[in-house]
Amino acid sequence: MDSDTTSVCIEIGIRPERKDVVAARLLRQAAELGMALPDGVQSRRGWSLHVVGGAAAARTLAERFLCDPVMNTVRLFPSGSSPAEPDTTRLEVVRLPGVMDPSAQSVLRAAKRLSLQVSDVRSWQAFVFPAGTDKALLARLGSGLLANLAIEEVRLDPATGIAPVADLPDAPFRLQHVPLREASAAELSRLSTEGCLALDATEMAAVQGHFRSEAREPTDIELETLAQTWSEHCKHKTLTGLVQYEGTLRDNLLKSTIARATHELNRPFCKSVFVDNAGVVAFDDTHHLTFKVETHNHPSAIEPYGGAGTGLGGVLRDTLGTGLGARPIASTDVFCFGPPDLPASKVPKGSLHPLRVMKGVVSGVRDYGNRMGIPTVNGAVCFDPRYVGNPLVYCGSIGLLPANRLHKEVRPGDLIVVAGGRTGRDGIHGATFSSQELHEESETVSSGAVQIGNAIEEKKLMDALLIARDLGLYRGVTDCGAGGLSSAVGEMGEGSHGAHVLLDRVPLKYHGLTYREIWISEAQERMVFAVPPEHERALLAVFAAEDVEATVIGTFNGSGRLTAEFAGTPVMDLSMDFLHKGLPRRTRTAVKRKRTLADPTPAQLALTGPPHAAAQSSGTQSAGTQAAAAHGGTRAGELLLSLLAAPNIASKEWIIRQYDHEVLAGSVVKPLTGPRRDGPSDGAVIAPVPGSRRGFAVACGINPCLGDVDPYRMALHAIDEALRNVVAVGGDPEQTSILDNFSWGNCERPENLGDLVQACDACYDGAMAFRTPFISGKDSLNNDYREGGVSLSIPPTLLITALAIVPDIGRACTMDLKGPGHDVLILGITGPELGGSHLAHALGASGAEVPPVDLVLAPKLLRAVHAAIARGLLLSCHDLSEGGLAVAAAEMAFAGGVGLSLDVAAMPVRGAPDLPRRLFAESASRFLVEVAPERREELHKLLADVPHTLIGRTTAESVLDLRDGSTPVLRCELAALREAHQRTLDLDREHAAERGR
Amino acid sequence: MSVTPSVLVLRAAGTNCDADTAHAFERFGARATALHVNRLLAEPALLARHHVLALPGGFAYGDDAGAGAVLACELGSALAQPLKDFVAGGGLVIGICNGFQALVRLGLLPGLDAPLGVQDVSLADNDSLKYEDRWVRLAITSRRCVFVGDMPAPELPVAHGEGRIVPRDAEVARRLVAEDRVVFRYCGADGRPTQDYPANPNGSEDAIAGLTDATGRVLGLMPHPERALFGYHHPDWTRATRHGGAPDDLGPGAPLFANACDWVRNNR
Repeated sequence: MDSDTTSVCIEIGIRPERKDVVAARLLRQAAELGMALPDGVQSRRGWSLHVVGGAAAARTLAERFLCDPVMNTVRLFPSGSSPAEPDTTRLEVVRLPGVMDPSAQSVLRAAKRLSLQVSDVRSWQAFVFPAGTDKALLARLGSGLLANLAIEEVRLDPATGIAPVADLPDAPFRLQHVPLREASAAELSRLSTEGCLALDATEMAAVQGHFRSEAREPTDIELETLAQTWSEHCKHKTLTGLVQYEGTLRDNLLKSTIARATHELNRPFCKSVFVDNAGVVAFDDTHHLTFKVETHNHPSAIEPYGGAGTGLGGVLRDTLGTGLGARPIASTDVFCFGPPDLPASKVPKGSLHPLRVMKGVVSGVRDYGNRMGIPTVNGAVCFDPRYVGNPLVYCGSIGLLPANRLHKEVRPGDLIVVAGGRTGRDGIHGATFSSQELHEESETVSSGAVQIGNAIEEKKLMDALLIARDLGLYRGVTDCGAGGLSSAVGEMGEGSHGAHVLLDRVPLKYHGLTYREIWISEAQERMVFAVPPEHERALLAVFAAEDVEATVIGTFNGSGRLTAEFAGTPVMDLSMDFLHKGLPRRTRTAVKRKRTLADPTPAQLALTGPPHAAAQSSGTQSAGTQAAAAHGGTRAGELLLSLLAAPNIASKEWIIRQYDHEVLAGSVVKPLTGPRRDGPSDGAVIAPVPGSRRGFAVACGINPCLGDVDPYRMALHAIDEALRNVVAVGGDPEQTSILDNFSWGNCERPENLGDLVQACDACYDGAMAFRTPFISGKDSLNNDYREGGVSLSIPPTLLITALAIVPDIGRACTMDLKGPGHDVLILGITGPELGGSHLAHALGASGAEVPPVDLVLAPKLLRAVHAAIARGLLLSCHDLSEGGLAVAAAEMAFAGGVGLSLDVAAMPVRGAPDLPRRLFAESASRFLVEVAPERREELHKLLADVPHTLIGRTTAESVLDLRDGSTPVLRCELAALREAHQRTLDLDREHAAERGR
Repeated sequence: MSVTPSVLVLRAAGTNCDADTAHAFERFGARATALHVNRLLAEPALLARHHVLALPGGFAYGDDAGAGAVLACELGSALAQPLKDFVAGGGLVIGICNGFQALVRLGLLPGLDAPLGVQDVSLADNDSLKYEDRWVRLAITSRRCVFVGDMPAPELPVAHGEGRIVPRDAEVARRLVAEDRVVFRYCGADGRPTQDYPANPNGSEDAIAGLTDATGRVLGLMPHPERALFGYHHPDWTRATRHGGAPDDLGPGAPLFANACDWVRNNR
């Protein structure tokens, strides 16, 4: 360090005459948590750094860069002195050393441009309160709202400023061997647990046998490499293993159900399935589409913001690592959280409140996706108390791949190049961590597994990669995800059958990392390339021009060994064959779960008579009158409003608006539709090639409520729903592919595994019936949370995502009613089953049976609907899902701002469903469509082999009116329906109200 | 033979609307080149070879230390003189969203006294304190800017977290109006400028959504016209009955690009 270097803190605040919106938000959020803060709170942002040239240089940086003169005040102080301001109390939140700090990168860039020598930048946020503010309250505010202690530190009235980060001391190099050959079974088990290896007794024994045969002990990183490569996360040991289920031995569920369907269907549009980082299907003559959906559940439980952000960052790298690199063009996100209204006292120790998880996860996806400039276009959110300790975060990425960039070919002699972010101590053991159960201490034990992303680093990496791809400068690419370099190099080395790595060549964020940490670090935003030596210089130049660091760290070879050295000493020499083929197969036991199931009683279901709230008559006169006006004074109206407000059904606008869903300018059908942009679209439609009218639709199907009752039928419903959704917006069911993502409870429990077997069987049956191949999938099978010695499994949660070609985007369709005087038809059959339905849940019952999916009728229905949309016959089209006919009708009506009058007496039925079932049952394979009267006959002919009935008309009244023959059932104002749908998840309601919405 | 308009679309790490913006100009016959700021820093003379400089949307360098701040720092230090010369020499400049933020930080907009280096207004955190993507209605309150021409008042999408215009003081606010610098204002369904959320999506003072400079050749705006290039971009296109529910060919943002290309053809 230069002798002229000083440690300086630069802190900016908001000028007193300006609104301090950050402080205002803090006050609002604190009030929501019942914490009363005094007036006069002010926000601050600060940077601590080493700078050459003393205070004058620091002032230049502050005034010419950090401070916006219209908005900000600025002050400088030496980092060794007190940051206190007179008559105030101060709360600081600062990232722990080593945690990614993107704003530090910005400061370094600007300093360079201003010809200043700046280093070791660290940023913080602070709030300043009037003196005398209750410090215990501030401490709670810090840990309960502002900071996540897994990655951040809270400082209350600190004596000195925050010191700039300096390098850690170099760790002395010592090669570690693990004594394995003579270990007893108990010692092997202890080694696996203490080393966080997540290998079971058989696997440890196989490792022991291998090193006995090589007559040596493994080094620590050889063992780590095996653990990472053999993790459930990377190898899908359960789905590819043996399962003893109800008297039969099932050999490799993945191959015998999901992949088997794809293989037997043999659709020509499948270009690459289950082998690369994403599935690949044909789009047009010169482009393919790639699609991968990943889970990032456990990291998101510990640190929702970083976990969700890096979840998206990871799946985007999967897209970049597919073929020779696809360009990500659209993202999806699906979340499962605990109930948003969970009382604070019910939050288990070591877990965060569901609302806090949700806000963090949404912010994480928002900040990463928006910065990457990739639209987040489709998703879903489900709520259930069993997700409190173990929330689920699914992130999907669709890519556009030039058809001539599909194949990788790593050859011996190719250089191993790592590019992107530097390697640090972050995210050690992510792959094995995600393969274990979460527990009360996970937050502290696993903080090393937390990753914080830097989207701009990945954006630069993407830009450079795509340029190098088009220049043909490399032969293979993959992302550094779970397992870091160990997985990426090990995986690519399979192509050439060997690799040698020089670990001290890997660029590091700071000194002090051991060779083991370098090899398994899951530091974000890195990718590995196989580069022919003749292209080395050109490739490095492309990356340098984009300010991306790229470094040759070794060579792929044909030695059959994965080898590494550090400081000139060999530290690894593993057999590629053993690494990739030595994993013993697991045999597990599965049983069919015994369930006690019941429908709601006829008395509960009765729709005649007054609404329940009125009958209880607890509210004041005016509140009662208001409610009556909203639901029209009927029990059916009251139920409809409560279902629209149920968190699973309620509007997700608060989330959707925070995502940039239009960047890349390909948006054809947006996630919210209608003149007020409040209708929930069934799916998104994107036109990825400017000037071309060919597009694609993407949508999902997920319903964990059904899984509790019948996992087989749940899976069929998920497939049916995903397909209904893409078809409803204009997708062609004949050119559709699907993806599976299983998030399950611990599958060492035979009941959980039994549920999985049934769901897999349904995946095969469904894919075959609809002729929709699975092109990619991922499973996360250890979603248990242990608290106080009791383990709780999440409900079996299968996400099906569908990708369909839209032959002409000019024929895409939306769900909002278009105008009065049109005919409305219901398509498909309504049955009496209520298992897993929202109606049953609202009445406190499970429901006895999940509705069956008619696998003969359902594909015909999809084809007929598509034919009608392709001819421009349907003015609007909406699938019937959660909440059934009544909810779908309400959504279409308020979305279009068009009245709707329906008679539910005459509709296609099976098993004589009573009135509440006709209104609210969630039978599969149904649509509600709007058609101009003069084209109804044409539609009728197209629907010849599909049950359908004209059930009503659109009207000029702003009312949803449902009748059962001549009997009125409900009459609700559209405004009341909209309000019910909007209310539940609008987390910034007060802001909207203040600002006059 | 008229000239082919030549557009330099300047990108930096984190710029993400460069391809969309280049495509929008190309749709109207321009030749658009996306160029990394590193290239321009290495060879500032490249700027003078173009008719239009476009600063597209995105998060240049992450915007982690102020929206547009790093890019403004780069342009304001090494590229200040070439930029002044470019505008003085008749070049057009458009800054969209993050590009607008950089132009404001740089002082090129509204550029009341000095064309560079003095910041008259700020684009501060949205009142809602969150990033939002939604379509807004705009009123055109000045036609002095060459990008605007005779285009009808458009609906365009906004997608930003920092778009609230704050003038430095009352005098700046007065001059913005007196000197005819306000091109676009957020308005309600009645076409009148509004402070009501969400029609005014960020709480911008005087409902300002877009500004021009003294020459009328520099435009900055928060909404994204390149995402409203085609008819199918409009959120209501499936409700339009003109062509039986099929989308119009061009969308409401297209005229901004068409006008710029026409202006170059007629004036250069």
